[in-house]
Amino acid sequence: MLFKLSLNNIRRSIRDYAVYFFTLIIGVSIFYAFNSLSTQAAYLRLENDEHDMIELLKDFISGVSVFVAIVLGLLIVYANRFLMKRRNKEFALYLIMGMSKRRISKILLAETAMIGAGSLIAGLILGIGLSQLMAALTANLFDADMSAYKFTVSSSAVVKTGICFAIMYVVVMILNVAVIGKCRLIDLLNSGKRSEKIKHKKMWICVPVFLISAAVLAYEYFVVGWHMEKLSRERFALIIAGGAVCTFLLFWSVSGMILRIVMSLKGMYYRSLNSFTFRQISSKINTNVMSMTIICLMLFITICLLSSAFTVRNSMRSNIEKYCPADFEVTYSEKEGGETGFDGIPVFVDIEEMYKQAGCDLTSNMEEYVHFHKYTDPELTLESFCGEYAEEAKGKFPFISWNSVEEIVKLSDYNKVMDLYGRDKLELADNEFVVICNFDNALNLRNAVLSKGFGIKVFGRELVSKTDKCVDSFIDISAQHVNSGIIIIPDSAADERFASVDEFIGNYKAADKEEKNVTDKIKREEYKKAYDTYIEKYAEESGHAFSCGIDTKVAISNNAVGLGAIVTFVCLYIGLIFLISCAAILALKHLSDSADSIERYEMLRKIGAGEKEITASLFRQTGIFFIVPLILAAVHSVFGMKFACFVLGAIGTEGMAASVFITVLMILAIYGGYFLITFFCSRYIIKSRRS
Amino acid sequence: MELLKIQNIEKYYGGKLNLTKAVDDISFKVDEGEFVAIMGASGSGKTTLLNCISTIDRVTADHIFLGDMDITKLKGKALTNFRRDKLGFIFQDFNLLDTLTAYENIALALSIQNRPAKEIDEAVKLAAQQLGITEVLEKYPYQMSGGQKQRVASARAIITHPSLILADEPTGALDSKSAKLLLERFNYLNSENNATIIMVTHDSFTASYASRVLFIKDGKLFNEISRGDSSRKEFFNKIIDVVTLLGGDVSDAL
Repeated sequence: MLFKLSLNNIRRSIRDYAVYFFTLIIGVSIFYAFNSLSTQAAYLRLENDEHDMIELLKDFISGVSVFVAIVLGLLIVYANRFLMKRRNKEFALYLIMGMSKRRISKILLAETAMIGAGSLIAGLILGIGLSQLMAALTANLFDADMSAYKFTVSSSAVVKTGICFAIMYVVVMILNVAVIGKCRLIDLLNSGKRSEKIKHKKMWICVPVFLISAAVLAYEYFVVGWHMEKLSRERFALIIAGGAVCTFLLFWSVSGMILRIVMSLKGMYYRSLNSFTFRQISSKINTNVMSMTIICLMLFITICLLSSAFTVRNSMRSNIEKYCPADFEVTYSEKEGGETGFDGIPVFVDIEEMYKQAGCDLTSNMEEYVHFHKYTDPELTLESFCGEYAEEAKGKFPFISWNSVEEIVKLSDYNKVMDLYGRDKLELADNEFVVICNFDNALNLRNAVLSKGFGIKVFGRELVSKTDKCVDSFIDISAQHVNSGIIIIPDSAADERFASVDEFIGNYKAADKEEKNVTDKIKREEYKKAYDTYIEKYAEESGHAFSCGIDTKVAISNNAVGLGAIVTFVCLYIGLIFLISCAAILALKHLSDSADSIERYEMLRKIGAGEKEITASLFRQTGIFFIVPLILAAVHSVFGMKFACFVLGAIGTEGMAASVFITVLMILAIYGGYFLITFFCSRYIIKSRRS
Repeated sequence: MELLKIQNIEKYYGGKLNLTKAVDDISFKVDEGEFVAIMGASGSGKTTLLNCISTIDRVTADHIFLGDMDITKLKGKALTNFRRDKLGFIFQDFNLLDTLTAYENIALALSIQNRPAKEIDEAVKLAAQQLGITEVLEKYPYQMSGGQKQRVASARAIITHPSLILADEPTGALDSKSAKLLLERFNYLNSENNATIIMVTHDSFTASYASRVLFIKDGKLFNEISRGDSSRKEFFNKIIDVVTLLGGDVSDAL
């Protein structure tokens, strides 16, 4: 009997529950899809490094899942309490008929259990479908082969999803029972009779509040968008907090002003149902200032997350093409004396010779290579490079270590490397030098110095800069543009006594990708062997501090791709959850408002308003309610992304347009989808019951 | 001049086995400028009759003519336009939009007809003056008394100059003083604006303000009396006599 009653309750209030149910299903499916990623990836053909990345990804997703579970949990509790409130009359009726609170609690338990089980099953089915799509995305992100992939269901993810959501539903049940236990009959009965009190905000408060918050926001946009280098951590926190407060005040003041403004446009206000429509919208925004603020901020985070997600990944890929033009690089540096081991006097050791001692041939399997070394002049530090500008620069760039020695490379070596890379070579007169640099922050400093035209002294010889700014170039292969500056000098100026880091850069002898991977493995094993059998022992015996490193294109790109994929997945995960949470809250609020307004629409019909006009009014109300927080969030995002670009500067922001495009598509699909569902459900709710 | 002609209309509910004749073969006519009250006990079919006239409900058989238009044949857009342009409604529970001020509630009826704002303003002020609600125009429904709300609703009903004003128990939710005030306004509108009013009520006092009273019992026209030249007091006594004749719960409702 009770079971039947609760089943009927759900069926009857399906229009209230539809959005809730829909959101639960999407929540469950996203949760499952992301948690099953690692299982899916097992079926993709991946490199070893990439398997490590998948493990890392799994850990990240697990961590983020806790956060996501909390967000979803809060959403479910909120939505549930909201729906409970709508049913106060029904509970009152049960109590009047003499049903005990215990039994009502039982009905509620049964309902929650049914909704929970239903949404969990439906969500898992959808999630399993979604996860196959995710596998394709994984394959794409990791550049992996999908031919071995087959349809999979991750049992561990199913269990995890089941447990997480079961806990949420149990919390909801406990809260429901607590609410029923506490409620009083008289409150339940009176809950429907809310007398709509229209509070007008004073214009003379609204206008200044609006102007001030708009001005503060504009100032913050300006700071974040154009003066980001001046932001300290504290100031940044202040800006975030200020932005949130101003967003709230903006909604608050606009909700007070907009009606007055529209009302003063009499021709517009008194046309068709406009007066009704605007009153509805204004009262809706008025009562929802807080939730609209939160939704706006969450949308802002979502937009930033989603657009950065794809940007990072795209730019990582294009960066590798650009900044890693060789297959293989080994470096060796050794320093004598000094306190930390890094400030000693460099000792030059030939890496090729060391390999030979270990019984390996560094030049084997190499199509072409360059073997050269860098120099350092203990007199030439970053501080002395800056010359007279140093004092001023220290104030502007407080975080740079000023006494680090500059790396120097002679012109012929540089040109050999460029030959290998297929990049432009340089020419220098005997008294000239050039700085190559591509790391943005260092670039600013060095360009400022070079534009002043100071000379430098290298190995006792005065040199002047050939150019008034840095040349955009690099020597060491890497995943990003992180060359903070190397000085190129004419061969005649180089002093072999100051040789420091020995470097070997080369390309493999390999016909295709497959062969390249094999060679890469061989060369890496060779390095390990040389390091283990000779280099380590040699350095220990000498008692010098040393560093020896290997970089290969295969490893760099696998790591970068993996890292990009992790960032993409985590951003996507959080972004999607935020997006559905925002949309679901808006949808629930709007639907309940529509249910409260049924009589108003019925009345409009009686005084002769046509269905077309009523539908248009409803569409406008729904649209404005959904679009207002989105617009402000979008404006925030423009400047937020400008800042994100700055932060991501090292990684690069290539492909921003494409990723913004994808973000817009996703928001249109999900947010727009919720908007349409809300609109059609509301239209159904207010539909005339008579004809 | 004859405005409304109701011809043998019937409204049935239910199927063959449990047929309820809510309105059973009723015919009458209303002339332009008349103030007609329809009386009857609860369940006698008076509200169903009003709903049929107002096109909110459809008749099962036969016709209702307003002027020379058969309103039972109207559909869709034409029906909406008919309601919008030809009818004015006054309800027992006022049916004002709680989010709008009195002024905006009244103006809404004209806004829906897409009249220019200037014309609306003049019309609202005139109607408010006629119904004595000028001082509450800027108030919201929750700030007004029941009588004021009903007069605002009346202003909204008359502002479009409808051919016919339909009032369903307009005094039902009012105290006797407010009811009297409202009915005097109805008389004023009836005589000054030549407004045609059909009012459904079960209250003899309310009915005594009309120029003619129709009595309905069990879906059928039971009796009909006109006020003629008699005073309202005399007319009231006549109504009481018929109500007594009708018997049952109408007298209970007094």
